Amino acid sequence: MSEANLTIGSPMAHETREAPAFAIPHKKLVMWLFIISDAVTFGAILFAYGYLRNATTDWPKPFTAPSVINAYVMTFVLVSSSLTMLVGIRAAKAGDKSRAVLWSFITVAGGLIFALLHLKEWLGLIGEGLRLFSNPWGSGLFGGAFFSITGLHLTHVIAGCIAITVVTLGYKRGRYDHYDLEIWGLYWHFVDMVWMFVVPLVYLLNVKH
Amino acid sequence: METSEGPSGGITTYIVVYVCILAIAALQTVIAYQNIDGAQMFLRMLLLAILQAGLAITFFMHMKSERRNLALFLLPATVFVLAMMNMIWSDSFRLLNMRPFSH
Repeated sequence: MSEANLTIGSPMAHETREAPAFAIPHKKLVMWLFIISDAVTFGAILFAYGYLRNATTDWPKPFTAPSVINAYVMTFVLVSSSLTMLVGIRAAKAGDKSRAVLWSFITVAGGLIFALLHLKEWLGLIGEGLRLFSNPWGSGLFGGAFFSITGLHLTHVIAGCIAITVVTLGYKRGRYDHYDLEIWGLYWHFVDMVWMFVVPLVYLLNVKH
Repeated sequence: METSEGPSGGITTYIVVYVCILAIAALQTVIAYQNIDGAQMFLRMLLLAILQAGLAITFFMHMKSERRNLALFLLPATVFVLAMMNMIWSDSFRLLNMRPFSH
């Protein structure tokens, strides 16, 4: 028998199962594969934004100090929620179910605060006249690019909040274990990581001086 | 089965990484208000964002404590695809220079 096989049950059973690739649970590998495909999706949309911004002479720079402060607060909330997710996973691994559930729900609360701040930012810009295909500052392509990138990210945040809530409730009832929390933690850190590119490229490079 | 979150993922490490990520974000904000060339600003922002992402992948996503094969399986393919997307830039500059009255 090769080293890649594990014997299941009694030695007499001769039943074998292939060892998990890279010594991680299959579900976790699937999440990693999803993450790299999603990273390429975000990469493509950011490249498309870069293409438009570079090729447009009247690209607007509408972000003032309040928008920049709001973006930094959003970063703070999202990175903090990554930290609370890690604390929740550690508690789950230590078998402390109540603390794991508490910290996971704090993570979800962080995600929801982030989404509210995002909507506040959107409503502010819409109030100033930003639309999908027009704005008062310059090229009409800006609105489409801005809402596409931040909207896709916001969708990921909301999906993450729903998924973590479902998995946490399942973990509380004993349906899921700490591996499931860890897998959705990976997703949450990925969403956090994407934001680290969105803020400098979409907000900070378009600051009004 | 090995778990990815071992002793290397201590809470102190997480907090240090967390503070570093927020400090880099603050540095990006400072750079945004500097009076420097657009290309230079883009380069600095991108490098700092890659540094932040590297910290998040290594410590928050525990790539450091996973088997090296996993990183070798995932990262080169992703970097290759993203690198290939850089082919668009020549067309982007061409479009800029071909605009009527661009010069």
